[in-house]
Amino acid sequence: MTDLDAFRAETRAWLEANCPPEVRGPMRSEADMIWGGRDAVFATPGHKLWLERMGARGWTAPEWPAEYGGGGLSREEAKVLASELRRLKAQPALNSFGVWMLGPALLAFGTEEQKKRFLPEIVRGEIRWCQGYSEPGAGSDLAAIQTRAEDRGDHWIVNGQKIWTSYADKADWIFCLVRTDPDAPKHLGISFVLFDMRTPGVTTRPITLISGKSPFCETFFDDVRVEKENLVGTLNRGWDVAKHLLAHERTMIGAMGEVAGGRPVGQVALDAVGATEDGRLDEPMLRARIAELEVDQAAFRLAMERVGDQVKAKQAHPAIASMLKYYGSELNKRRHELLMASGGADALEWESERSHGGASARDWLRTKANSIEGGTSEIQLNIIAKHLLQLPGA
Amino acid sequence: MPLILTEEQAMLQEAADGFLADNAPIAHLRSLRDSRDPDGVSRDLWRAFGEMGFAGVIIPEAMGGLGLGAVEAGVIAESLGRTLTPSPFMGSSILSAKLLTDAGSQAQQAWLPRIAAGEAILALAVDEGAKHAPSRIATRAERSGNGFRLNGAKGFVLDGHIADALIVVARAEEGFTLFLVDPKAAGVQVERTVMVDSHNAARVTLTDVAVDADAVIGEVGGGEPVLGATLSLGRACAASTLTGAGDQAFKITLEYLRTRKQFGKLIGEFQALQHRAAHLFTELELTRAATLGALQAIDAGGDEADLAASVAKAKAGRVAELAVQEAVQMHGGVGMTDEFDVGLFMKRVRVLNELLGDAGFHAEQVARRQGF
Ligand SMILES: Cc1cc2nc3c(=O)[nH]c(=O)nc-3n(C[C@H](O)[C@H](O)[C@H](O)COP(=O)(O)OP(=O)(O)OC[C@H]3O[C@@H](n4cnc5c(N)ncnc54)[C@H](O)[C@@H]3O)c2cc1C
Repeated sequence: MTDLDAFRAETRAWLEANCPPEVRGPMRSEADMIWGGRDAVFATPGHKLWLERMGARGWTAPEWPAEYGGGGLSREEAKVLASELRRLKAQPALNSFGVWMLGPALLAFGTEEQKKRFLPEIVRGEIRWCQGYSEPGAGSDLAAIQTRAEDRGDHWIVNGQKIWTSYADKADWIFCLVRTDPDAPKHLGISFVLFDMRTPGVTTRPITLISGKSPFCETFFDDVRVEKENLVGTLNRGWDVAKHLLAHERTMIGAMGEVAGGRPVGQVALDAVGATEDGRLDEPMLRARIAELEVDQAAFRLAMERVGDQVKAKQAHPAIASMLKYYGSELNKRRHELLMASGGADALEWESERSHGGASARDWLRTKANSIEGGTSEIQLNIIAKHLLQLPGA
Repeated sequence: MPLILTEEQAMLQEAADGFLADNAPIAHLRSLRDSRDPDGVSRDLWRAFGEMGFAGVIIPEAMGGLGLGAVEAGVIAESLGRTLTPSPFMGSSILSAKLLTDAGSQAQQAWLPRIAAGEAILALAVDEGAKHAPSRIATRAERSGNGFRLNGAKGFVLDGHIADALIVVARAEEGFTLFLVDPKAAGVQVERTVMVDSHNAARVTLTDVAVDADAVIGEVGGGEPVLGATLSLGRACAASTLTGAGDQAFKITLEYLRTRKQFGKLIGEFQALQHRAAHLFTELELTRAATLGALQAIDAGGDEADLAASVAKAKAGRVAELAVQEAVQMHGGVGMTDEFDVGLFMKRVRVLNELLGDAGFHAEQVARRQGF
């Protein structure tokens, strides 16, 4: 037995013993998602236990170093863990902007002190983070942000407005882009800072999405005091940190369809449409579209894995995250379009119990943001053209 | 026949657009939705719609209608798509009125003046599974006494929860048969389903529902051709509503491309968006032609009408879907907010796409009708 086989056997045994029954199988609705945080809410006691157990092992961030609370796994081991989790149909133990976005940026740019302080909390899901990037006039053109941080010696005073801040009203801390040098060219006067959302002067106003939920907010900063020790990276060079973080965010959004789980589209369609005598889905056009989706999904899964391996081997171009983001989010939208087409009239119900409060329609609508959040598909294509293909700029 | 509206048809279009813009803009849908209105439609608006003649557009003049054709019905349907107005137009004025006009007995046709006046609401119960598939109808009609007993379950019944009468498609020994059913009759159970687009449909369960022989619309076993003509008209009108919704979402998007700035430019200056807007414009022009072509073919009668209706519904379904997807995408974060209207268009288009057969279903029909 190789080491990896031994690891698989141990992992399987541990998961069998520790993965609560409530978190096995597809999520019924958004309420099943585990976000952690100071005011954590759990769908069931099993969900709470799941976070605690996985967090204690560092398996919410399997590849982070053990000294910062991570799982300390090699890439190969992390793949084994992921496949064992899939085998159990286990729901994610933690959904976290800390794990997906901030953590990798801290690992690359944070001071030793910052890593020791923030990373273990992130792994255990104790602090919930939000992302203060976008502003009303700075969306795709993110470097146009105007939120000002004025130097007051040992601290800054921050004033400005953010928009589309997902879960700002539920987050404990924010990672935020602020302008520290208004006179420098726009990319060179930005800094990356962290602060507690309970700091006086921070207010949030939820915005309702077309899915009928209000996961994001307008966020206002009114003379907010930020300690200098909470600067990540170099002063005025926050753009480098921001880009590093975006690459992780993009990869994560690209992978969204993969973690979503749920029932295969073809199965949903079979239930709604029925089969021909030889067992084929009795709507040829729908069948063809689903088959093509399956092909693309399978290929995308492997492309994602390949890019992961390239990154590990330091062979990947940093802009490759844009490719995954672009394709993954478009693919996820396609998948949900087909889920709606497969579910037919049943999938159009919005409030009934039968439909879990319109879960499939609400999920479908939410996916429309995948090609907008974290940089739109158009921006990803621009990046691919410019940085990967070296095509001349307009 | 030229593929443009006649002067009279253009005037009707202006009248319908004007009436809806004044009386039922998108704010009307929002207020019904946000107040959780138990009907989900405004009865006053529906009566006013009747007074304008719109509710009786295809109903013969002798029955209190305008006695006009499919093109005129489509013109009104398109206007409803622009404003997303919830209304019994499709269920009552198109599907039910067409069936009763073509095949109703004198007594059954007594509903027509009331439909035309916006007083009565009728609903057609055809779908059963989650997907539109008339050939798979399983609701049974068994002879019993001098009438029938109905058993089955229907879904996606537009306005079923407020219908004064239901038209039920069932399978009798002789074949498809249409029945006029009182929703209050013993054994009829109606459950309102609020749809994603805040419009209305219902699930209807029929358990040993006893109906008299005179509840049959047309001939026992003779439902297929009558239903077929009605579905074609309904599909062409649904295509019109999709065209209206898609076109309006496109207009809103164009306006945004002309005003939103990023990177110091209007986003409409980016060729990545220009080409897509130009492509969408082209697709919408094709859709408009296909839809008008279908409506005209229906008015002309003949074998081509059903095929033309399927072409229109397939094309309008795909293109309107593209239009709303592009609308949300090109608006960026704004497009995802409930406060902004494009999301409402996206939801409405999804439902209309499913109504009376989606784009895939109709593309398949096109293949079949052409013999491959
Ligand atoms: C659900 C959701 C959650 C989000 N969560 C967060 C969050 O937590 N924190 C945060 O900071 N932000 C968040 N965002 C914001 C997101 O990152 C922005 O919406 C996104 O970057 C686009 O910016 P915008 O909305 O201003 O659109 P705009 O930049 O105004 O774009 C409008 C349209 O123009 C196109 N466009 C713009 N520039 C170009 C160009 N050069 N070439 C071609 N096309 C172009 C865009 O692709 C888009 O189609 C979230 C957004 C959504 C929808």
